[in-house]
Amino acid sequence: MSNFINRKQNIKGIGGLKFIDSEKAVPIILMLIASVSILTSIGIVLTLLVDASHFFREVPFREIFSTKLAPLKENPSFGFLPLIAGTFVTSAIAMVVAIPIGLTAAMYLSEFSSPSRRRILKPMIEVLAGIPTIVYGFFAYSFVTPLLMKVIPGLEPKNALSAGLVMGVMIIPLVTSLSEDAMSAVPDSMREGALALGSTRLEVTLKVVIPAAISGIVASFVLAISRAIGETMIVAIASGSTKNFTLDFTQPMQTMTGYIVEFTSGDVGIGTGYYSLYAVGLILFTFTLIMNLLANYITKKYRKGY
Amino acid sequence: MKNTSYIYNEKKQESQEIGSMKTYINAETSRRRMKKRIFIDKAARILFSFTIVFALFVLGLLLYRVISESIGWIDLQFLTSRLSISAEKAGIKGVIIGSIMLISIVAPVTLFLGVGTAIYMEEYSKKGRIQSLINTNIANLSGVPSVIFGILGLTVFGRLFNLGSSILAGGLTMSLLVLPIVVVASQEALRAVPNYLREASYALGATKWTTVRRIVLPTAMPGIMTGSILSLSRAIGETAPLVVLGIPTLILSTPAKLTDDFTALPIQIYYWTLDAVLTKEYANLAAATIVVLLILLFVMNSIAILIRNKFQRRY
Repeated sequence: MSNFINRKQNIKGIGGLKFIDSEKAVPIILMLIASVSILTSIGIVLTLLVDASHFFREVPFREIFSTKLAPLKENPSFGFLPLIAGTFVTSAIAMVVAIPIGLTAAMYLSEFSSPSRRRILKPMIEVLAGIPTIVYGFFAYSFVTPLLMKVIPGLEPKNALSAGLVMGVMIIPLVTSLSEDAMSAVPDSMREGALALGSTRLEVTLKVVIPAAISGIVASFVLAISRAIGETMIVAIASGSTKNFTLDFTQPMQTMTGYIVEFTSGDVGIGTGYYSLYAVGLILFTFTLIMNLLANYITKKYRKGY
Repeated sequence: MKNTSYIYNEKKQESQEIGSMKTYINAETSRRRMKKRIFIDKAARILFSFTIVFALFVLGLLLYRVISESIGWIDLQFLTSRLSISAEKAGIKGVIIGSIMLISIVAPVTLFLGVGTAIYMEEYSKKGRIQSLINTNIANLSGVPSVIFGILGLTVFGRLFNLGSSILAGGLTMSLLVLPIVVVASQEALRAVPNYLREASYALGATKWTTVRRIVLPTAMPGIMTGSILSLSRAIGETAPLVVLGIPTLILSTPAKLTDDFTALPIQIYYWTLDAVLTKEYANLAAATIVVLLILLFVMNSIAILIRNKFQRRY
């Protein structure tokens, strides 16, 4: 009889701590754990806002739109347009590579290849996504740039072109796998309908599958842009740290991410220069957040239920 | 091709039968048009498959390039000596230990936080506002660039908690970075546990926590482990947050405590690549370190796939 009571007490309580009712304690503990992810988001936003405000207290807001960036000069100037131009150029080059190749690869995998071939090819493409970005940086700097210098005269050893091209290759698997998911979700009945009317595979793909999957495909492009804007190590290595305002991709250019890396890896100390990286971080965070929310909105708004 | 020509023969007969009537479908032109369409279709198929070949070609080129640069540089001496300014004497023992110690923080922290969050969301929280809030939040966190996590780590762990650029600061920063991966993988694993297992447990008189601990978690474990290992392989290759934390360029001692400064494989690759302008051999050292990193990643991903294949059960 006493044994029975003991067991009943044992059911309540974690291990030996019989005075804690685990049925009530566990949900609270788990909720606290789950709140860590929310705290992280709040932490990111607060860190950026608070320390960027230090920056904006000393630098007029107008100045960040100037094209002169010289943070370590005696009379420092903090125009972020060169960084935004650098980010724009490298991302644009990356998209020129990643979108056509990624989308056609997705079309091949989803519409043309046999299932057995897809089972082999898709993981192989995804290996590209598993390679650390630092390795791509090394590849861009030590292989792609010397190769391009033979083809394009006047190309600097550090330039936006090779960083952008390699970044594009890195992003291919993202576009491929998201677009392929969207295209695979189009029901077969639609394909069969078009095939029965005498369409070829290509016509089915272009006129039926892609229009039906367009929300997922566009969302994958937007996410790819967001990924390119936030990519750090490739541009930090291959694109250089010259803060010139230019759109010439044969020249070295610094991106927003490259600026943050340069400023934290050196010993800058605490000053306006140090706080400027929070301002750049805030701009970067805003850009990527807008892109991510946009991708989310596109998928939700234009998703068709079949 | 045979099928189409059959259809078109019939059409040809049809148009002949109609004879004198003015017809809009001319068999010759439509056959030519069909041939053209089929040709374009075939050309597209080849073109599209080439884009995949191109992507894989670049992958092969990258691997070939790294391996050929590293040949002759990876030996026992390279793996067991300490860092050195001289390229011949340099070894990455301390770097490997730094990476392993980093992982030894990231693994328990993300497992605890990630699985806890997933259990709360899948088993405890009511489907509604809190759940969708956390879900949206995690989706957005996974889209935040890693360099921003570096800034967070620098400010909160590095300066506020005064951990500097220690292994602890790096590990905690990296844990937050890979947290979304573990949460999403664990959520999927928990969702795949069929409800009848839970109901059977309740029917035997088990409480909710007992059911989660004894039934749901063990069943979901393979999926959770796969996701965790994949997140660790992300953490071991990620560079930007550690660079932002301000890890010193060259440390000659091997880290011993969690509060020591350290360097990790990707960081060392970064510095050696940058310094290759001055000393050419540093490029070989960087390539050799990349090979070590890639082998490590390959082993980790293979383990993840093995676990998935061995323990995966479909209900």
